[in-house]
Amino acid sequence: MNIVVCIKQVPGTTEIKIDPQTNTLVREGVESIINPFDGYALEEAVRLRERCGGKVIAISMGPPQAEEALRETISLGADEAILLSDRAFAGSDTWATSYVLSKAIAKIADYDVIICGRQTLDGDTGQVGPELSEMLRIPFVAYVSKVNEIRDGYMKVQRMVEEGYEVIEMALPAVITVVKEINVPRLPSLRGSMKAKTAQIPVWSAEDIGVERNNAGLAGSPTRVVKIFFPQRTHKSELLQGSLEEQVGQLLEKLEEII
Amino acid sequence: MGIQIDLEKCNGCGSCEPVCPFGLIEVVDEKAEVKEGCNLCGACVEACDEDAIIIEEVEQEVSEGFQGVWVFAEQRDGKLKSVSYELLSEGRKLADKLGTEVCAVCLGHNVEEAEGLVAYGADKVYLMDDPVLADHEEDYYTGVLVDLIRKHKPEIVLAGATAMGRSFIPRVASIIHTGLTADCTGLDIDPASKLLLQTRPTFGGNVMATILCQARRPQMATVRPHVFKKTAPGAGRRGEIIKVNFDKEAITSRTKLLDFVEDLTEKVKLDDAEIIVSGGRGLGKPDNFQLIAELAEALGAALGSSRPPVDDGWIPYSHQVGQTGKTVCPKLYIACGISGAVQHLAGMQTSDVIVAINEDPSAPIFEVATYGIVGDLFEVVPMLTNKLRKSRGLT
Repeated sequence: MNIVVCIKQVPGTTEIKIDPQTNTLVREGVESIINPFDGYALEEAVRLRERCGGKVIAISMGPPQAEEALRETISLGADEAILLSDRAFAGSDTWATSYVLSKAIAKIADYDVIICGRQTLDGDTGQVGPELSEMLRIPFVAYVSKVNEIRDGYMKVQRMVEEGYEVIEMALPAVITVVKEINVPRLPSLRGSMKAKTAQIPVWSAEDIGVERNNAGLAGSPTRVVKIFFPQRTHKSELLQGSLEEQVGQLLEKLEEII
Repeated sequence: MGIQIDLEKCNGCGSCEPVCPFGLIEVVDEKAEVKEGCNLCGACVEACDEDAIIIEEVEQEVSEGFQGVWVFAEQRDGKLKSVSYELLSEGRKLADKLGTEVCAVCLGHNVEEAEGLVAYGADKVYLMDDPVLADHEEDYYTGVLVDLIRKHKPEIVLAGATAMGRSFIPRVASIIHTGLTADCTGLDIDPASKLLLQTRPTFGGNVMATILCQARRPQMATVRPHVFKKTAPGAGRRGEIIKVNFDKEAITSRTKLLDFVEDLTEKVKLDDAEIIVSGGRGLGKPDNFQLIAELAEALGAALGSSRPPVDDGWIPYSHQVGQTGKTVCPKLYIACGISGAVQHLAGMQTSDVIVAINEDPSAPIFEVATYGIVGDLFEVVPMLTNKLRKSRGLT
């Protein structure tokens, strides 16, 4: 069972603050992390390998420093990691990113399951997993919260929807995206950390994976960011005054008007 | 590729530095340098008086002959979801600006009220009725929508950012090779180019980005439920119902839905609730959710939560409001012991009336609150519950 995990290195967004003077994001002191949802994807891949044998390959498209994140995947149990990095990938939207990943996965060739996190912390789109599945023309299930059954060429999963969950079966290979309910990721093992230090992380370029340049990067991206701005909160709030008892009384009067 | 600095023209004036929303451009040794992570928004290009910053211009061939605004009308168990009507109302506004038609696409089996979509703004309803479409077998949905788009060539396609929409719409965009913008909170038509301006939160709601799909068609976007308001139905509106046959031979499903298990832990569903009472980290421990639950019960409200209590296992994920939970827009939202991280605000700040109860007067939740009480929630909440019960004769 060969499992490919797609990961992204992201800034730890919950730490991000806006500098009120310059109205820009303060990036200093914000460390880059593996997108937390991808952490669950990696953990699930490692668990599936522990159940079925085979290997876990982590891949990431990103700048050269994304190598750090890939090294971390090895300390967390990945067997191999590959960085997809090329100037030609810069500015890729979800379509172009999925295309690049699909070309790399096609080169890996021998795979049974591809696992992605449900979405990233920075982009928040959740589109790369499903877009990737169509480029590889293989089955797809989103929001997987449990892998019920897996064997050669077959997988049965539980998938979260608004009203509850669905149980879905499919033939392999397939792509799934996972939610955080699926597992509790382990910490790096000592052996893993040692391995991560010396692991070779190959870098594949556009040419290495046969990416057509007009399908990657800015040229290959149907969408484009044309404006960035910060949400303005103009709301005037009314802080109620008086003793707590009086405040609650006033609030009740206000609520009675609404409900 | 991407962004480049013309080192001959750059005079190191630094006017580009403060305008970069991400702080990724910096003057080093009197020349501007762009760090990794630039998304090519172009703010620095406009600020540079020397024309020293160049963003690669990409010529993409514009797809021709696409017209009309489509709304994917999602249903479950034969009932149309509220987001379908919300999108029709918004789609109508966009179509009027473009002077074009609105079509709803409804796939399912024995869907009630599909004809009613006309009253909410549809000029045409493409209705496909087949027993295999009753469940959400997404391979069928993907295949059918791709076929319909290829045949009728709409210029815009909108769908709900529901579990289903966020799962199969990207597949449609992938096959058609067009752009898709997730979770839009604002849609408009650019008067000059007639392109769809798609605005969405990014970086956990810290930043808003406006996105265009310049050349490929259709321009596709998903929108979370409750972001747009459903307008009142127009009783006199006329439209055409076009029945489309499902071609069983053409599409096979590679996934099979074996079972569906409904989540019954929510007494009042967050999605449809008119009143929501939410608790946050300020509750201190899981048992204290009981206080919030009692207030919710007195109000007939649904029970919500910010992320920390869900992460700590105090309450199931289905109650989470915010960026990675649900987006809600009730008449009344009461936040108890919630500080108001941007991720939480992103999921509830469009509520009609927001009440914040928190001990910390500097908590960001007070910035979006209509009414605020600075005080100990363990005193305030039970007091409010008791007064409500009395006034409603519940004791």
